[in-house]
Amino acid sequence: MKLREVKEILDADVIVGQEKLDMEVKTAFGADMMSDVLAFAKAGSLLLTGLTNTQVIRIANVLDIAAIILVRGKKPQTEALALAKELQIPILITKYILFETAGRLYVKGIVGCLEQVEDHSAHN
Amino acid sequence: MVAWNKLKITVHTTKTENYLYTNSFDIEGGNFSKAGTIATGIKSILKELGLPNDVVRKSAIVCYEAEINVVSYARKGFINLTVTPKTVQIEITDEGPGIPDIELAMEQGYSTANQQIREMGFGAGMGLYNINCYSDKFDISSEVNKGTFLKIIINTPQCI
Amino acid sequence: MDIETIAKKLNLEVRSASDRLKNNVTGGYTGDLLSDVMANSHEGDIWITRQVHQNIVAVATLKEHAGIILVNSCEPARDTLEKAIQEKIPIMVSNLPAFELTGAIYNLLGKKD
Repeated sequence: MKLREVKEILDADVIVGQEKLDMEVKTAFGADMMSDVLAFAKAGSLLLTGLTNTQVIRIANVLDIAAIILVRGKKPQTEALALAKELQIPILITKYILFETAGRLYVKGIVGCLEQVEDHSAHN
Repeated sequence: MVAWNKLKITVHTTKTENYLYTNSFDIEGGNFSKAGTIATGIKSILKELGLPNDVVRKSAIVCYEAEINVVSYARKGFINLTVTPKTVQIEITDEGPGIPDIELAMEQGYSTANQQIREMGFGAGMGLYNINCYSDKFDISSEVNKGTFLKIIINTPQCI
Repeated sequence: MDIETIAKKLNLEVRSASDRLKNNVTGGYTGDLLSDVMANSHEGDIWITRQVHQNIVAVATLKEHAGIILVNSCEPARDTLEKAIQEKIPIMVSNLPAFELTGAIYNLLGKKD
């Protein structure tokens, strides 16, 4: 689906990346632990998180994440916002909690970026 | 859990090889607002060198985790990056508390992180584990109260 | 819906308090930051997390969660398990990542906010 539909499903505000709403997204990863994101999230996925610091933006950059969805209506820290603009990483803010956010996207057909965690080395 | 005997330990033998790029980057211990800047910088350097995307990604992840470790635990450190036609070599040296039990520290889920680090989304005990997983060769040595040294090699599959 | 139904449908492995699987699940909360879970989750939630240290039992007890599901095949730490048995908090393990597990439970609960 297009990022625009993600925005609608989540009733989200786009605070960075208004011009990227036609981007296609298929997969998502949800976590508050950044090392898990580094271990498992795939390039081109949506990143659903409650963290708002600059590290989230840097990790999204390192992993080529398609867009960051901040849950619970959380706003990125000032520095994080500036960095996201600089690196052109879309940020959407939804008022829903992570449970609701993941649930809504899942029932609309977004899938996880990996099916299950067993052999870590296979996810390199 | 990663078994100690599964670690990809190697001896550095590429010193005489031609390199495409080499540089050193300082890491400031305790400065979380700057943490990750070196990894993102290294990522753009590797991209500009025209390395394959997965090599760039793996290298950036390894640098990122190592950088976070230095910021979280050490007083200071530096990353040496050397790119050869066949490999990306990343060496991280820090002055810090060292790791008393490396085998334990390599385990997925083992962490000595404090609450502050955890609330920032780190300290899940995945750092060294991730570095090992994303490396083609990984060597670690540490001395308590002195510091830790990591050497990582990521192979570039095709000639560039 | 009770925990037992969810555990069966999603192949969860129960690690503690298997006598409390009739606990009713009224909602879900997914999150790894303890302060966030403390502040925002509700009584009767099934808590989905990757944190394995013993503080999760304290949070689940205080917030009266129906149970905890650990994702990414994470196993509870030993003291976590001891605490969970003592406090009668069901801890289950799933090999799914948080996104898929949350999606599947959301589907089962057929829940809107």
